[in-house]
Amino acid sequence: MTADVQTGAGAPKAGSFAERAHLALDDKPLRANFRRAMDGLMAKRAAQFPDAADLAALRARGAAIKERALARLPDLLEQLEARCTGNGIKVHWAETTDEANRIVLGIFREHGVKTVVKGKSMVSEEMHLNAFLGEHGIQAIESDLGEYIIQLAGEMPSHIVMPCIHKNKGQIGALFAEHIEGQRYTEDVDELTAAARRVLRDRFAEADAGISGVNFAVAETGTLVLVENEGNGRLSTTLPPLHVAVMGIEKLVETLDDIPPLLALLPRSATGQPITTYVNMITSPRREGEKDGPREVHLVLLDNGRTRVYADPELRETLRCIRCGACMNHCPVYARVGGHTYDAVYPGPIGKILTPQIAGLDAAGDLPHASSLCNACVEVCPVKIPIADILVRLRREAVRPSASNAVKGAGGGWTLSESSAWAGWKWLHANPVLYRLGSRALALAGNLIPAGLPPLKAWTSVRSKPKFAPRTLHQLARDKGFDDA
Amino acid sequence: MSTPSAAVPPERPETVYFFGTCLVDLFYPQAGLAGMELLKRQGLRVVFPQDQTCCGQPARNCGFFEEARAVARAQFDAFPEPWPIVVPSGSCAGMMRVHYPQLFADQPDRERAEAFAARIYELSWFLVHVLDCKLADHGEPVTVTWHASCHSMREMGVTDEPKRLLRSLENVTLVENPRERECCGFGGTFSVRQPEVSAAMVADKIDALRSTGATEMVTGDCGCLMNITGALDRMGGKAGPPLRGRHLAEFLLERSDDR
Ligand code: SF4
Repeated sequence: MTADVQTGAGAPKAGSFAERAHLALDDKPLRANFRRAMDGLMAKRAAQFPDAADLAALRARGAAIKERALARLPDLLEQLEARCTGNGIKVHWAETTDEANRIVLGIFREHGVKTVVKGKSMVSEEMHLNAFLGEHGIQAIESDLGEYIIQLAGEMPSHIVMPCIHKNKGQIGALFAEHIEGQRYTEDVDELTAAARRVLRDRFAEADAGISGVNFAVAETGTLVLVENEGNGRLSTTLPPLHVAVMGIEKLVETLDDIPPLLALLPRSATGQPITTYVNMITSPRREGEKDGPREVHLVLLDNGRTRVYADPELRETLRCIRCGACMNHCPVYARVGGHTYDAVYPGPIGKILTPQIAGLDAAGDLPHASSLCNACVEVCPVKIPIADILVRLRREAVRPSASNAVKGAGGGWTLSESSAWAGWKWLHANPVLYRLGSRALALAGNLIPAGLPPLKAWTSVRSKPKFAPRTLHQLARDKGFDDA
Repeated sequence: MSTPSAAVPPERPETVYFFGTCLVDLFYPQAGLAGMELLKRQGLRVVFPQDQTCCGQPARNCGFFEEARAVARAQFDAFPEPWPIVVPSGSCAGMMRVHYPQLFADQPDRERAEAFAARIYELSWFLVHVLDCKLADHGEPVTVTWHASCHSMREMGVTDEPKRLLRSLENVTLVENPRERECCGFGGTFSVRQPEVSAAMVADKIDALRSTGATEMVTGDCGCLMNITGALDRMGGKAGPPLRGRHLAEFLLERSDDR
């Protein structure tokens, strides 16, 4: 079996969001793939939540659970560590992705691991773990079908739940025919799934270790909860003798009772399923007398900027995210340009607030501006993250960093011309007399402004120039005898 | 975004303020005038303070909070009496109702901002819930479609109100736009920062509007109106049958005008 697997994280695309968007918008099949998929996902989610009041109550509950856990995060992390250790799970702490990678590598080296099967995990994407392991002679095979496909293609996920949603059947058929030995080109989904299963089955059997993410970790019991649909997560965490789970420190809840409401929200928000096929709850390595399960389980807890986000009460709400992807499914920008345009591990609305907070505004400062602030993401987020407000907060940080210096690279995003334009705008609009004079002048002569000037130029690229009315409402209201006070 | 303003309708006042918004002031004054006229016909005294300018949303959305606050403060001064403030734009209403309290959260004049915010109403919501407005239809039969603004829906909680007003008109057939809940791509500075994404959004919106077969698109926000009609105008006749865009207030006033 020689599935040719690339372990690279996908070639980064240069330039700004707008430049990458230009390429994506030109890609007709890509646009069609996303549009079709997102329309379907929106309809499926809507069908899962027919009652607005029920949904509102459930979201309030979901948000409260995560908020409660975050309020006690430091304590709960200690509790989690103690419980896990007590259960026989070895716990490791990593401040940076590099540290996390080295911890995983260390564990593997100690056990002489050569091949690894991986369940889907966004934190491992954040770490670029596959590439790192590959550089050190360890091959990690993605076992989630979507992740497997993009691994074959050498790409990054374009969605956090459905990593290869940007590809259609034909593209996947071609990829399989090229990379999987003995596989003919077909668009038959069952045949393609069977081909991947054939490859992966052998990998499961021969793997020295399994890697997984964690959807929720329960501090009370030290339980790692994993939600999945294909059974690959279960295989990755039970078949090999060694299991390493990686998770961001925010994925914590207090008690087991917190899990059912979150499970009622996650798959319905994500894929419009009432529940996923598999919910795995891992509490320890194989115990005496048990017939399966790994001999050793490790948990790597990754910070990677999260404590910095945590320190600011407004930004902290970002950490409630349960990674359902509903915000991207409903985002009109994401639906047009797809996940790769964001050039970040986390795309879409959550990515637009998370990436600049983790990577800094110098690196990802244009992401908060890639939104029309339409609030569709805010409306659907199952844990009620005020994404739009955080986007604006980050825009504000770029203009004037807050005293707490909460966001890396703050204060570097504005240009002199932009801030002087806003200073002028303020001067005009905070002075009623000036405003009346200025607006009358625009009514008289505004239409003479050439369409080629900067903000108008972008506007008029697809729209006609807006026409100033000959008289302002201020003037007309006075003419018509409306009282002034 | 806090919860949509599921505001409890206040008692019917004698006097209301009208906040025109800067886009209406400069580009669509007839829509503003129509809004004031509709309120006046319901027997209210409508006051239009000449000192009003802009809600400050453009600066706030770009992160220039100090500048936005300075402009917001000028509005507090311009609307001193405790009367309701009616706004013919869900977006500016959302700025003042939802975002002023946030914008002033750590400011000495926070209470003033909150009191001002509590007086803000979107026009169609006010017509329906406070005035229980009934309109006679004197117009020719026409098929229209409604374009909902994102902030009207999601910040002001205005969803069915404009459609109720439209449906109440005898000769008006309302056809639902299949992408009603999707943004038209204006988003203030978004349309100039991401012109191509915005263009794709407005093109899809126009397809959806055209698919209804309506000849009129009615909306409650002049930002969306400018974006959609500007793109329609640029396409000319080539992309389909003529579709006219108008602000709800102007449309309602014209049809119910028996003079
Ligand atoms: S921000 Fe909300 S909607 Fe988006 S992925 Fe996270 S939980 Fe889901």
